[in-house]
Amino acid sequence: MSLIDLANPSRFLALTARALPWLAAATVLAFAIGISQVYLAPDDYQQGATVKIMFIHVPAAWLGIFAWIVMSVAALGTLVWRHPLADVAAKTAAPIGATFTFLALVTGSLWGKPMWGTYWVWDARLTSMLVLFLLYLGLIALWQSIEEPGRAGRAAAILALVGFVNVPIIKFSVDWWNTLHQPASILRTGGPTIDPSLLTPLFVMAVGFTLLFVLLHLIAMRAEILRRRVHALRQVHVERAAAA
Amino acid sequence: MPDLGPHAAFIWAAYTVTFVAVAGLVGLIVQDDRRQRQLLADLERQGITRRSAKPAAKPKPVEKKTRARKAKP
Repeated sequence: MSLIDLANPSRFLALTARALPWLAAATVLAFAIGISQVYLAPDDYQQGATVKIMFIHVPAAWLGIFAWIVMSVAALGTLVWRHPLADVAAKTAAPIGATFTFLALVTGSLWGKPMWGTYWVWDARLTSMLVLFLLYLGLIALWQSIEEPGRAGRAAAILALVGFVNVPIIKFSVDWWNTLHQPASILRTGGPTIDPSLLTPLFVMAVGFTLLFVLLHLIAMRAEILRRRVHALRQVHVERAAAA
Repeated sequence: MPDLGPHAAFIWAAYTVTFVAVAGLVGLIVQDDRRQRQLLADLERQGITRRSAKPAAKPKPVEKKTRARKAKP
């Protein structure tokens, strides 16, 4: 199965209809295991039970960034390969990515108050995540403001590629600048610095969140394809009524 | 219920916000999918389908092409 096989929206709908029940079951299973592990996870020697916020904050932040990467690849699909589903994928990833970025910001603030003594500081990591959230809102507004999907898709693709500059800034902000946010502790050379008793629940929750993202993205893509079909059929109906 | 220590309110708030936001997102996306499927089914029930959008091909009247003859000198 190649990417070009999925270029046909009807084939995409048929394939996803078969995959979605399995994906939903896998998501529920991953969250069931993840939440039970979060419940049983020991307290951190410094953070105490507040470390439990990390199990939702980190996956939310990862997916906020991951959704923008998905949109950037889709933007290339729109502008370079003219893939028929590329702008559908980009458009539907934006609200999901915005939600996860919002959750990363809120849960980070709720962790920051007891640990740092403040909900918010204008340090590079926090500010670049806020910029990501604002970029999501801008992209969603752009989609809403242009009626014709083809034109909207191309304009949004350009904005997605421009906004991609922010992705490495978020990742390396803790290395490039002196930030209050701690440096990378999982994806780093030399391996994670987190104890396995906390790393395992984090990993399972990250798998659960990622499966949820894929599940929601596929359902949203299906809905968007159907919306365009409905729009096209209504246009045909109006044209035929006018011709009669 | 585990003892969440002195910062339990922050932990509960983080999990509550996450649950509400994710549940809201799931609800919106699933509802949108159902609505679009319903709209498409309604249109198809009315006989408005993509295939029917193509009008039956009518034979085009053959246009007679006439060439202007060059006048013999």
